[in-house]
Amino acid sequence: MTEFIYLYRGGERAESPAEGQKQMQLWMAWMKELGEKGHLKAIGSPLEKTGKLVSGKQKVVSDGPFAEAKDLIGGYTVVQAKDINEAVDLSKGCPIFLSNGAVEVRPILQMNM
Amino acid sequence: MNSLRPPEEDRQSAELDPALFRHEAGRMVVALTRLFGVHNLALAEDVVQDAFCRAIEVWKFHGVPANPSAWLMATAKHRAVDILRRERTARTYAPELTRMIESEWTLVPTIHEVFAAHAIQDDELRMMFSCCHPRLNEPAQVALILNILCGFSVNEVAAAFLSSHAATEKRIVRGKKVLAASKRLFEFTSSDLSKRLSAVQRALYLLFNEGYHGACEESAVRTELCREAMRLTALLLAHPLASTPATHALGALMCFNAVRLPERVDAAGNLKPLAEQDRTRWDVALLHEGQRLLESSATGDQISEYHVEAAIAFLHASAPSNEATDWAAIITLYSTLLTIRPSPIVALNRAIAVAQLHGPKRGLEAIAAIPDPARLAGYPFYFAALGELELSDGHPEAARPHLHAALNLARNSAERQFLRHRLAACQDSA
Repeated sequence: MTEFIYLYRGGERAESPAEGQKQMQLWMAWMKELGEKGHLKAIGSPLEKTGKLVSGKQKVVSDGPFAEAKDLIGGYTVVQAKDINEAVDLSKGCPIFLSNGAVEVRPILQMNM
Repeated sequence: MNSLRPPEEDRQSAELDPALFRHEAGRMVVALTRLFGVHNLALAEDVVQDAFCRAIEVWKFHGVPANPSAWLMATAKHRAVDILRRERTARTYAPELTRMIESEWTLVPTIHEVFAAHAIQDDELRMMFSCCHPRLNEPAQVALILNILCGFSVNEVAAAFLSSHAATEKRIVRGKKVLAASKRLFEFTSSDLSKRLSAVQRALYLLFNEGYHGACEESAVRTELCREAMRLTALLLAHPLASTPATHALGALMCFNAVRLPERVDAAGNLKPLAEQDRTRWDVALLHEGQRLLESSATGDQISEYHVEAAIAFLHASAPSNEATDWAAIITLYSTLLTIRPSPIVALNRAIAVAQLHGPKRGLEAIAAIPDPARLAGYPFYFAALGELELSDGHPEAARPHLHAALNLARNSAERQFLRHRLAACQDSA
């Protein structure tokens, strides 16, 4: 088993409260399924859309966001799968695709490779 | 008030009330509007949308909290405090609260007060009355109520009424402009309370009917509209100044009709005629609730159209079978209704009751006697009734063109399916 991180990028706001509730419930069902199948390592967290960027030798502090809305990372989850193909397949169930978002799937480098 | 929450570990699989977000949206918008003033309705709506975005983001990872409503309200309150502190002087807010908002001493307590449950319920009512502004026509009033108080988006309102997005949006935007011009929510001390109350009753009546007889394909949406109308009527009933005999009668009417909701469409989504419905599956609790309301509506000296319609609906809902229905009483009630609210559709319903009591020939005569039948030319059930009566009078060849005309006017697949069945019956008896 290898660990992967899902970075949730972009995704549009729900069109109405009922739509938002439906989306949220789809996410919860998807996360639950990942957990039941033993793929969920850490459910992760959502991220605020704003923050600070500290960079360079001068440690310059600038205000976020740091990407176009469609690329902005809105949260992350850590999963385990046997390889990248399985991790990608699992990500396809994510409801983010219904609202035009994307999932970035990145293997986590381990100590004992 | 919200459905029971199971223990922590099961929380994610908990069945949420599917209307939870919609109802909370309405509650938050009215509280914030009370605070910001009606002219800042758009700002209130932004804050609500923000609160939902946060809720969705957090809840999808960590599950729905034990009290989702309190969570949402707290989020909206925080945002409101931020905005009021930051833009204290940049905008004008609710005139009656301005002084309270200006001082840091009173700001937070004022916000807590506005968000208290009883205050929100009051403001929902006041908003309902504001939406029924005399400068707006009935469809606009209903659209505004659905949008602001029931959390329906423009698209969802348009879908419920089978109207275009553009037309619905125009209606709602114009409605909000009219609201904004009034600065504050409707006051119950206002001298035109009784006039405005009639408009509110009418709007809720139309909302219920849209759900009950309306054009929307999806039966789930239609049931939802009926439930919203009943929820808002319950708010009226809970207010001493709004719970008049006519409001009780309106509530009774909705209950008696809603009794039949579980049987109005079959498993495939097809409309079921009254005579074919399984009366054992009707909702008896609603029948009793309706009876209780009808009894308490019988005070005062005025009989409203809702009293008469409720009495008709009661006779239908309490009859053991189609045959055992008191059609004679129903005919008399329709005659009374015609004097209160003359309408060709009421006359048509009366004619159908005549046919039930005296046979299809007399029914057809009654239809022929309706003044100004041209006003029914776009109503599918006019032609459906003509076809049905010709058919049961043994004239399938006369029934067919009527049923075809009805089919051409039908507004959704359930109606079309129903009429095709009747056309097939013509074939069988020819």
